[in-house]
Amino acid sequence: MKKVMMGNHAISYGATLSRVQVIAAYPITPQTQVVELLSEIVADQKLKAEFIKVESEHSAMAACIGASSAGARAFTATSAQGLALMHELLHWAAGARLPIVMANINRAMAPPWTIWSDQNDSLSQRDTGWMQFYCQSNQEVLDSVIIAYKVAEKVLMPVMIILDAFSLSHTYESVDIPDQALVDKYLPPFDYKYKLDVQNPHTYGGLTTPEWYMEFRIKMHEAMDQALVEIKKEAVAFKKVFGRYYDTVDPYMVDDAETVLVTSGTAASTARYAVDQLRAKGNKVGNLRMRVLRPFPFADVREQLKNAKKVIIVDRDISYGYHGIWAQEVKSALYGHSQVPVWNFIAGLGGRDIFPETFYDIIAQVGKKKKPDQELYWVEVKK
Amino acid sequence: MVEIRFHGRGGQGTVIASKILADAVSKEDKYVQAFPQFGVERRGAPVFAFIRIDDKPIYIRSKIIAPDHIIVVDPSLIDAIDVTEGLKKGAFILINTGHQPQEFQHLGKDFRVFTIDANDIAIKHRLGSTAAPIVNTAILGAVPRIFNFVKLASILQSVRENVPVNPDENAAAAQEAYESVKGV
Repeated sequence: MKKVMMGNHAISYGATLSRVQVIAAYPITPQTQVVELLSEIVADQKLKAEFIKVESEHSAMAACIGASSAGARAFTATSAQGLALMHELLHWAAGARLPIVMANINRAMAPPWTIWSDQNDSLSQRDTGWMQFYCQSNQEVLDSVIIAYKVAEKVLMPVMIILDAFSLSHTYESVDIPDQALVDKYLPPFDYKYKLDVQNPHTYGGLTTPEWYMEFRIKMHEAMDQALVEIKKEAVAFKKVFGRYYDTVDPYMVDDAETVLVTSGTAASTARYAVDQLRAKGNKVGNLRMRVLRPFPFADVREQLKNAKKVIIVDRDISYGYHGIWAQEVKSALYGHSQVPVWNFIAGLGGRDIFPETFYDIIAQVGKKKKPDQELYWVEVKK
Repeated sequence: MVEIRFHGRGGQGTVIASKILADAVSKEDKYVQAFPQFGVERRGAPVFAFIRIDDKPIYIRSKIIAPDHIIVVDPSLIDAIDVTEGLKKGAFILINTGHQPQEFQHLGKDFRVFTIDANDIAIKHRLGSTAAPIVNTAILGAVPRIFNFVKLASILQSVRENVPVNPDENAAAAQEAYESVKGV
């Protein structure tokens, strides 16, 4: 069934179809409507779930950790400062190997105070052990929630579904709501092998000496390696049932492209539009949309960029004193495998719009240059 | 692709109007994207909403700077802000007012003005109060009369499905608006 909905509600529908059992969340613009709709769905008894009102995002994640430890499918959603407040417990959820799924609506970090989008909030949680899937449409948001539980429950690692504030969260578009029976078949109930059980008591997360701590960590890393395999497997499995395909990366006209833009989120969607316009003028440009940050798809990135003469990474984020975060990731994947020159542009922080013209300007700025003459370039900033 | 900008004031249901229009357009198997001005809304302050309509998937996701057409939900905005900012030549301007289209010639000769007295229609169908009528569904009824990207039947169906109360009255208001557009 098709329905016109905003990105926030696409998340709520995704969670409902996934038959989540515990929802614990604290409202924050622009995420609020995710939780509002879920609370209505639960109150109307259309979803058999426990909706826990909490006093902060830290508590929301704590409640999800408790619920997930007891074997429940747990869900939450947040943005920016809310995500930052969860930080300690993000490590805990991943370290405890709990398949929690959370949606994060990208909102720039304060100060100065802001409610608009950029990716610094989620990207700065890169090393917490959460998988991160970046979306470019409301359909992808809904579908990704379902796929996230499938992958998370296979490898016992949590997943963050990420979407841009406003340009997805508050944008209405037509979304196909999958049939519940098909989702049930694709995503059966989860039976957590290590759940809390009073009949069979265990100690969880107890003091671990240097003799064993690293062994826990290598298992997390191996689970992430396995997650990469599962994400690719589920891309095929999901397409078989629902007709839509979500790989780790989403290449558009890269095969014969001399210049490849590397983008993510809704900027990638606009980049794709820009590529069409540039191609119409004979400019051989392609776009590689990064969908998955963790586990990082090294092989896919190298494969998709192997023919490029120039790579331009456009980051809607910044690691102060270094590069954009996607640029670090992609450059690191290319190092030792490719001689291609890589440019890094920082654009669209704090909700500044990224227009097709932004990409035309970037392409023109790179022009016929053989290699970058700066570590990074800022787009459209006032001096 | 057609890009339209709505002008209203916070609390008038301008964003909801863009959503209902998106719903109606999608019923006709077209691709559509509707979004508000990104930010914080305050009751009474000028608000914007935008809609993109196309026969193929819409990938562009930046703000609409140069709309093809505009819909003015609150006519008092015409004196307060430049509603024609960035508006393309040949644009249609639909204004909610009891006045005649000719009275808006000052907006520019490159545009064609249509008017609809949505306040009057909304009050007649008891939508909202006399002081603050709910005009958005009446305005939507005027849309298929002047634009060819959506049919009245789809508008009426989407109005019925999307209003929280009084679906019949809202649909009747849209129907009456369709029949009373001036300037066609």
